[in-house]
Amino acid sequence: MQLRIHYYALMREQAGRSEETLDTSAATPADLYAELLTRYGFTLTREQLKVAVNSEFSDWSQPLTAGDAVVFIPPVAGG
Amino acid sequence: MRFRFTPAAIDTCAARRELLDLGAGGYVSFEGWVRDHNEGQEVMRLEYEAFQELAVKEGERIVAEALRRYPVKQALCIHRVGSLDLSAMAVWVGVSSAHRGEAFDACRFIIDEVKHRVPIWKKEHYRSGDSGWVNCERCAEPGHRHDPSHDHVHHGEPAVLAIQK
Repeated sequence: MQLRIHYYALMREQAGRSEETLDTSAATPADLYAELLTRYGFTLTREQLKVAVNSEFSDWSQPLTAGDAVVFIPPVAGG
Repeated sequence: MRFRFTPAAIDTCAARRELLDLGAGGYVSFEGWVRDHNEGQEVMRLEYEAFQELAVKEGERIVAEALRRYPVKQALCIHRVGSLDLSAMAVWVGVSSAHRGEAFDACRFIIDEVKHRVPIWKKEHYRSGDSGWVNCERCAEPGHRHDPSHDHVHHGEPAVLAIQK
């Protein structure tokens, strides 16, 4: 299944890209993060992140479907 | 739109006009500025980055919550993105209301919630030449003391993290 992934801030720098289309067997955002953690060596753990699917906050165990856009959200620092 | 981003300087005169309301007896605003230090480091400038699609939705939800919780007339929040020099305005919140008390409360509520909930990130560039994403990197350093009064959220900190240099 193909997913669209966008990276921001520290994760964008660590992944070396701001977006990509990925062929993956990850069934949930949790699975997907585990896969990407191995690939890019992100320093943030899943417990420090939130996740958004199709531009809305999501659960880590929500099933992903082909074409979903996933964003991992590092600890925020607006203001 | 009651929450929005701008890549250019925030025009507070124009923003204030959006709050005018015949029933309002005044307005309260908050400006967040870029300061020259943070947690013992000398800061030279900041970069703000946002996941704008979700950030605008969440920002709108916060302002809508403020309008439900407090009997105020109008409210608006504008946040910068991009590179900001010292003393530049990073965020502006304005609230108009019949009486001042609820305007102060609603303004405080909006800025506090924006800092905790809206997907915006801040990279500090230090005099030392170093730089770091606030809340993402320095909290992981062994020497970083956790002052319980500081105002950022730690999402379930792990005991040990790799240090990014």
